[in-house]
Amino acid sequence: MSMQSQDIIRRSATNGITPSPQARSHTEEVAKLIDVSLCTGCKGCQVACSEWNDLRDEVGENVGVYDNPADLTPETWTVIRFDEVEDETGRLEWLLRKEGCMHCAEPGCLKACPSPGAIVQFANGIVDFQSEQCIGCGYCVAGCPFDVPRISKKDNRAYKCTLCADRVAVGQEPACVKTCPTGAISFGSKADMKQLAANRIEELKGRGHEGAGLYDPAGVGGTHVMYVLTHADKPQMYHRLPENPYISPIVRGWKEWLKPVGALGFVATLAGAFAHYVGVGPNTTEDIEHSEPALAPDEEHHSEGSE
Amino acid sequence: MDTKNAILRTKFFDRMCHWIMVACFFLVAMSGLSWFFPSLNWLGNVLGTPQTARILHPFLGTVVFCLLIVMFFRFVHHNLPVKTDVVWFKNVVGVLMNRHGPKLQIGKYNAGQKILFWGIMSLISVLFMTGIVAWRAYFAAYFPIPVIRIALLAHSLAGLGLILLVVGHIYMGLWVRGSITGMLTGYVSRAWAKQHHDRWYEEKIAPTADKTAKPHS
Repeated sequence: MSMQSQDIIRRSATNGITPSPQARSHTEEVAKLIDVSLCTGCKGCQVACSEWNDLRDEVGENVGVYDNPADLTPETWTVIRFDEVEDETGRLEWLLRKEGCMHCAEPGCLKACPSPGAIVQFANGIVDFQSEQCIGCGYCVAGCPFDVPRISKKDNRAYKCTLCADRVAVGQEPACVKTCPTGAISFGSKADMKQLAANRIEELKGRGHEGAGLYDPAGVGGTHVMYVLTHADKPQMYHRLPENPYISPIVRGWKEWLKPVGALGFVATLAGAFAHYVGVGPNTTEDIEHSEPALAPDEEHHSEGSE
Repeated sequence: MDTKNAILRTKFFDRMCHWIMVACFFLVAMSGLSWFFPSLNWLGNVLGTPQTARILHPFLGTVVFCLLIVMFFRFVHHNLPVKTDVVWFKNVVGVLMNRHGPKLQIGKYNAGQKILFWGIMSLISVLFMTGIVAWRAYFAAYFPIPVIRIALLAHSLAGLGLILLVVGHIYMGLWVRGSITGMLTGYVSRAWAKQHHDRWYEEKIAPTADKTAKPHS
């Protein structure tokens, strides 16, 4: 949603010469911290998200797992992922992860987006889709390293978690944070959340969770949704959470390399053609028509002057 | 146009194919460029709002592809490489410098035009196939995201290549006087034919002189 009351530090398909509103100097980076060790999988956050954002996804069908709905959709912006794993001793462990947009510091969706202003990054770190500018091309889907954006079949526009940009803008926490009954989701400044995570990780390690750690992947410049994972050394266990997410080099090549090369190609082609014409002049047949009046035996009546 | 002394170079059906394709290609290329160079976003306005342009771009691209397929079969036999193409390549500097010297034994299309033909045909094929992969909301969902990424890069690359080729094609049409008239009316003057496509000219003239009509375009 459009939030003109916030500074925008990145705007899709907009060059750096024309920066977005930047005047508010006192904006703090925010973050949501999800402590998977406290999550019970109650899905209260999913309900709160639907409630606040006026989303009412279709009731689907059970596909044999607890994930419900089975995947993120244009109308389900967060899903609790349930992964059943066995440790070395054969002991069962439920790994729960609240999936949704990670609000990357270097967002792949925003890099890929071709529509000016359809994706913005606010100074507080929130990456938001401005649906009215979205053209439904799906480039954000290709750009995202986490497979988060979904294109709606209803209106052909992309949707994902907004980190409740509208609530945050007026000093409230996201809806999922407010509703979480176990306190597994916290919200605040990124610095505070990192401190909170550090304390919690120490506590977890003290309780024997040697692999506990913070998920704030550097490959995308860090994220504004962070996880405290009990197995931070193996994030893939949490429903394929990428160990080292980064913007695909193919997307970078397309946006960072091919674009300037293409621009150069155009300038060179147009300048070359122009220089050629100015240097060589038009390629006409006038001289032949004047110097060789008879081109062929049957061409006495040849006349082309009135073309 | 004095059609009595002019030579029919391009038939009505082929001319219509060409110009309908030009119209569609213009719209597709402009909208494509508007997304590739977002600072030139206004180019997309040729197809209405950004959302409309995004919906129409793949459909018009498909029209361009289909017309080019038709044109492929109608023109391919003139664009197969022949031994005399070497003569044109050897004299390419002279050709570009507007020096009309030796007979270059050029058939209906010169070697440069043949390269253009094959370039356009291969690039439009790449554009069509990669375009299908990225086409929302109909086909993209059937392809994995890494495949879509490759398709988008290849689509941009092929699109750039094709547009630059077409810019060259347009320039050649403007530079070689009589060419655009030729594609509009179908007719070129005998002097034009003799100067630019001498072998084709002789092939066209010979049957007329011998009074042996040969059905050949």
